[in-house]
Amino acid sequence: MATMAQAVRLALHVGEERLGVTDIFGEDVGAPLGGVFTCTQGLRTAWNSPLDERGIVGAAIGLALAGQRPVCEIQFSDYAYNTIDLLKLAGGMCWSSNGDWSCPMVLMTPVGAGIRGSLYHSHSFEATATHIPGWKIVMPSCPRDAYGLLLTALREPNPVMFLLPKALMRYRGEEGEDVPGAPEQKALDELINKPVTGDQTEWHARWPDTPDAPIPFGVARTVRPGRDVTVVTWGRHVHVARKVAHELAGEGVEAEVIDLRSLCPYDWDAISESVKRTHRVVFLNEELEVTNFGEHLLRRTVDELFYGLWAPPKLLAGAMVPGVGLADTLERASVPQEDDLARVLRDLAKHQP
Amino acid sequence: MTTDETLAPDALVRVHELMVKARVLEERLITMWRQGDGYFWIGGPGEEAFNVPLGLMVDKGQGVAHDYLHLHYRSSATMLAMGAEPVDAMRQMKNTASDPYSGGRNFVGHYSIRKWNVAPVSSPIEVQFSMAPGTAIAQRRHGGRGITIVQGGDAGTAEADFYACLTWSTRKGAELPVLMIVTNNRWGISTAYESQHPSAATIADRARGFGMPAEVVDGNDVEASWRAIARAMDYVRTERRPYLLEANVSRLRGHSSATGASFVKVEDDCLARFEAKLEERAVLTRAHMDAMRARLTAEYLEQAKRVIAEPQPDGATVFDHVFAAGGGR
Repeated sequence: MATMAQAVRLALHVGEERLGVTDIFGEDVGAPLGGVFTCTQGLRTAWNSPLDERGIVGAAIGLALAGQRPVCEIQFSDYAYNTIDLLKLAGGMCWSSNGDWSCPMVLMTPVGAGIRGSLYHSHSFEATATHIPGWKIVMPSCPRDAYGLLLTALREPNPVMFLLPKALMRYRGEEGEDVPGAPEQKALDELINKPVTGDQTEWHARWPDTPDAPIPFGVARTVRPGRDVTVVTWGRHVHVARKVAHELAGEGVEAEVIDLRSLCPYDWDAISESVKRTHRVVFLNEELEVTNFGEHLLRRTVDELFYGLWAPPKLLAGAMVPGVGLADTLERASVPQEDDLARVLRDLAKHQP
Repeated sequence: MTTDETLAPDALVRVHELMVKARVLEERLITMWRQGDGYFWIGGPGEEAFNVPLGLMVDKGQGVAHDYLHLHYRSSATMLAMGAEPVDAMRQMKNTASDPYSGGRNFVGHYSIRKWNVAPVSSPIEVQFSMAPGTAIAQRRHGGRGITIVQGGDAGTAEADFYACLTWSTRKGAELPVLMIVTNNRWGISTAYESQHPSAATIADRARGFGMPAEVVDGNDVEASWRAIARAMDYVRTERRPYLLEANVSRLRGHSSATGASFVKVEDDCLARFEAKLEERAVLTRAHMDAMRARLTAEYLEQAKRVIAEPQPDGATVFDHVFAAGGGR
């Protein structure tokens, strides 16, 4: 059983050995640390960059232009804001040159709250990310998806932003959510986790043979089926939704939970099919609620599914405040909690045609 | 060609012809703007003495074995010296579907030629200096003599990207084959160099803090520029380490059409200076040079007339190439 961080590492290893990955780089990404969340530990092509986010994104663009296969990391998405014009350039490379150039790079960055990360280790990034045309935007919620979606990202001819919910880095997944072919937990830890103590200078990862099993972008995963209301979510809140849905089943409210997995492209067919069946929908995520990607989905729901709805479609998202405050009370008041979702689902379920 | 004190006559003649072509092209583009055949002009009149030799010395081709170019919007003379067709710049000016650099999407001077390793020129100032280390990392890994050439103006050196390039290209044991070029026209739109930069130091001096060799050259002098570029390029190609070259140039038509694009008489005109030198050395006669200029002016007028009649891109193509090779929402 692999954690999310290990799943990323295993996919990157497959990328290095079979998919032509040439550079995995960013702040503290190389030895000895292998990334602040250890997502790049033990990898052959991992190296430490200067502490310079603009330089990191710029170098990745240049490497992509020169036919390499770069994977760069911004240590926390909170620190990607000073790279936005470069992200625009990467996303616009193909369009601005009328199809002459492309920019095949992967940018990995941890996102979201849930680890008491205070103002600058809690930001979400998908609203900004999905507002930059030309990028594929991916956000896995379990090790299986992190592994498979990353293997697709490493084949993409376009720039891919790989948003990793930081609260899930040590998450090992439920049944069916494990990396295919991964050894059991203890064995895997011994193979690919650098020992925390003792002499580490001669340490090398011993990679298990995991299959090249990509998961395509734009295909949602129905995490839990339900007849009464649809929850469309991604990342960390997939687990919030799953837990609340289980609890509400005891009250007779059956919620369907859809994990979108990638936001660009996104699986409109899955949303549409579910909402036509349940007639009630909430879009759930922890990004700021204003100009939220869920708002786009909600607008499309109103445009295309309005006459099939039995209740006003809802958005449950983060409070429009400058940061996630450190105190537990502040974080709870800033990003959607289980209670908030339960309240919305109960309310939606009351609406009848 | 040589790197001696003076260039051979055939080299001088070749450089001269390209400088005239570049100047006449810019004049034609400005006229197109004045006559409503384009929305905006920006370009590099006043940089020909430096940019033509630069373009002639580029190792042109596709892939890491050849030079990568991260240029800016004053690089027409470099592109013409590399073999770009003047008529294509007119197409970008008129934003026709036939514009080979952007299909009518971008301003004039925003070149992009993948088969020559010319990365898309973009309007944000200095971003090319953040991207340049990337192509240079690939070239360091590849070996050979291919280098990365990155060019921008003096005002833009205030951006963080300039320092990103200095930092990333000088990491110990990971030095990069980057030729950093600053064409210093002493202006940032309306802001004077003197009001933003130190008086007692050049931009090239900043390289010292990074252990990088650097040089300031009179970019209005063809032969001085030629020698400086040759020296710098030879160092970068051979040593696989970075070099900063600062060229003092003129801005003969102001910043862009936004500031009128009229000829600025107080600036040093590198073409007039070069022609005087050629006459003095009896390499070319005044009559010959005037005739060439008149011929090119007429030729480009005819080309522009044809370009003006070419169709603009179909609006429905706006969704083309958002993504490479399929995919998308």
